[in-house]
Amino acid sequence: MSRLAVPKTYKLYVGGKFIRSESGRVYEVATTKGSFSVSSVNAAKASRKDARDAVVAARGAVSGWSGTTSYNRGQVLYRIAEILDGRRAQFAEEIAAFEGVSLSTATAQVDEAIDLWVWYAGWADKYVQVAGNGNAVSGPFFNLSVPEPTGVVAVIAPQAAGVPGSLLGFVRAVAPILVSGNTVVVIPSERAPLAALSLGEVFATSDVPAGVVNILSGSPAEIAPWLAAHADVNALDLLGAGELDWVDLQIAAADTLKRVLPPEQAPDAGAASLDRITFFTETKTVWHTKGLL
Amino acid sequence: MNFLDYAPAPESAAILNLRDEYGLFINGEFVPGNGESFTTISPATEKHIATVSCANEQDVDTAVVAARRAYEKTWSRMSGADRGKYLFRIARLVQERARELAVAESLDNGKPIKESRDVDIPLVAAWFFYYAGWADKLEYAGMGPNPRSLGVAAQVIPWNFPLLMLAWKIAPALAAGNTVVLKPAETTPLTALLFAEILQQADLPAGVVNIVTGAGSTGSALVNHPDVNKVAFTGSTAVGRQIARSTAGTSKKLTLELGGKGANIVFDDAPIDQAVEGIVNGIFFNQGQVCCAGSRLLVQESIHDDVVERLKARLSTLRVGDPLDKNTDVGAINSASQLGRMHELSNVGEQEGAERWSPACNLPSEGFWFPPTIFTNVSTSHRIARDEIFGPVLSVLTFRTPAEAIAKANNTPYGLSAGIWTDKGSRILAVADKLKAGVVWANTFNKFDPASPFGGYRESGYGREGGKQGLHAYLAPTVPSRSALNGANR
Repeated sequence: MSRLAVPKTYKLYVGGKFIRSESGRVYEVATTKGSFSVSSVNAAKASRKDARDAVVAARGAVSGWSGTTSYNRGQVLYRIAEILDGRRAQFAEEIAAFEGVSLSTATAQVDEAIDLWVWYAGWADKYVQVAGNGNAVSGPFFNLSVPEPTGVVAVIAPQAAGVPGSLLGFVRAVAPILVSGNTVVVIPSERAPLAALSLGEVFATSDVPAGVVNILSGSPAEIAPWLAAHADVNALDLLGAGELDWVDLQIAAADTLKRVLPPEQAPDAGAASLDRITFFTETKTVWHTKGLL
Repeated sequence: MNFLDYAPAPESAAILNLRDEYGLFINGEFVPGNGESFTTISPATEKHIATVSCANEQDVDTAVVAARRAYEKTWSRMSGADRGKYLFRIARLVQERARELAVAESLDNGKPIKESRDVDIPLVAAWFFYYAGWADKLEYAGMGPNPRSLGVAAQVIPWNFPLLMLAWKIAPALAAGNTVVLKPAETTPLTALLFAEILQQADLPAGVVNIVTGAGSTGSALVNHPDVNKVAFTGSTAVGRQIARSTAGTSKKLTLELGGKGANIVFDDAPIDQAVEGIVNGIFFNQGQVCCAGSRLLVQESIHDDVVERLKARLSTLRVGDPLDKNTDVGAINSASQLGRMHELSNVGEQEGAERWSPACNLPSEGFWFPPTIFTNVSTSHRIARDEIFGPVLSVLTFRTPAEAIAKANNTPYGLSAGIWTDKGSRILAVADKLKAGVVWANTFNKFDPASPFGGYRESGYGREGGKQGLHAYLAPTVPSRSALNGANR
């Protein structure tokens, strides 16, 4: 007789803790194909209050995360790749079962996600050199422009299963935002949230400080408007919001003049790019007076 | 008159050769507008300067069509080198006609001639000269190979630095290969119209730059026109929000340069006399009508009394009066409505318990005037410490530790500028790191340069003007290059 499996409770990841929704709500996510320990699981369904709590956690984590050295941040991002690599099989199985793709397709998605963390990890101590500059001004000044993280970013990760997939879509959205020292509140794919929720376990064991990544499974149509209008959110990445009323989200974001990146829907939506790092930064220019000798 | 007083030394307005009426500048020609014409006045005397056409929706459409045609047929096909040559020509023509432009600017805006002559107009020429050189070097701008121009740029600018803001907008737009429809502010259209004459002199192809004068409805018609690809706005945060809302969901690329409530932080080891000059420059430059003004003075508690005393002594020597007088330090307020806001917020400051002080000065009976004003005993919750006054009004707050100074400086929804005054280099670097401001001046204030990016954090807007970053606001990367650059398997 086969062994009876012990299924996992899929919870939100907020402030470094795995929590149920304060609302007590869950929603059923069913497998679409293949073998999994159970035929369906109940993912936590985040509420408006969970979203606000997540913003508080994300705001609290900004100064610590942006205050680490670039070298340190790069190592932490690389560590995510390491830990994820060690759990390839688990992620591939989850993706195959809940996105309805073959195990080899799912494995390819996991591998691409791992490699993407490695690629972005390497940017942490370089993007400033590429995006910043010294400025030859007409006067006795040392004038320097450097990009800095913009703060708390709310993200709607790609929603469709398949291409690029729930895990890779999540990583494409989140990884570049973290590079510069921003913190995020992410709504993963509503239909296939499990890989993102499991990725929370990877963050929790990769020296990513609590609150830097907050993951809210549930309905983006329900939660996103609160994040778009939240006065303590600095930017909004609508990468996966193509099927929502995203124009309304952008209009809500205008009240606090959030920086907004619009949806992308091609298979290469959110493909690796320096632009995705620099979009969530602010250029600060400092004029230092040179003394007379 | 005692021996320390200055005799009047007005710059002659005879250098100007103004017309009585100005049309809209569309497709290389001045044409009458279909809206109701309005007059532009001198804020120092309230005297009529000229009658200006107002562009209605139909005129705006004509201008956008002209800009589109010029983009498709001429400007986007021209080599970068030739675009650059036109911009160099414009820079030279501005230099040649600099005095005339300075007089016109002071007449129309009310700012002292020493500022328009020594700051505004030289920077206008510098801006065109700087971006002229970029026009044939766009592949070095850091956006990958073959960055593309966007198309037609809709640009709306404020009245505080009329011609300079025009230069900040037009120079990078043209260098990047875009064509332009620009709306100057309602109260200060004069130098933009003189600039149109300069464009004629430069033989700039028709339609590459179009200038439509008018008020808010003209601006709204322009930014909401369906055939513009880029919107650039400098002005109030309230209007910036409206534009962000109305362009939401469109493919228009948007940059906003909005309000501010800049903190000027003075530590106890600062060279006090220099700092006092910097404080004065920070808040009384252009009558304080500067988005990046150092309108909040954060002074370390131990030197508060000394700084305020020296500041008052310095303010007593400022000469307020005729903008065209070469000895004038503080000119006229731009408009009656602006003056009204200064009175209103200053009265609120008094009601909320802050202590108001102004030097004795005789303000002219005609025109719009506000004396240099300091509020002491200001706390962070006072409206004069939170709202942008946009006038010669300084709110003085104190702090004890660097951490408190940083917390107070960042305690605002804005994030445009900040100043740091201290003798200690390591402290400058540490404090500058923590300030949420797009421009930080260390032991100086209100310095501008075309090579230096300018723009804000948070509700001060987004995007940068000046430098390489300022060019990015008018360019898009060539799409296939992204995957090619980054490895095709990602």
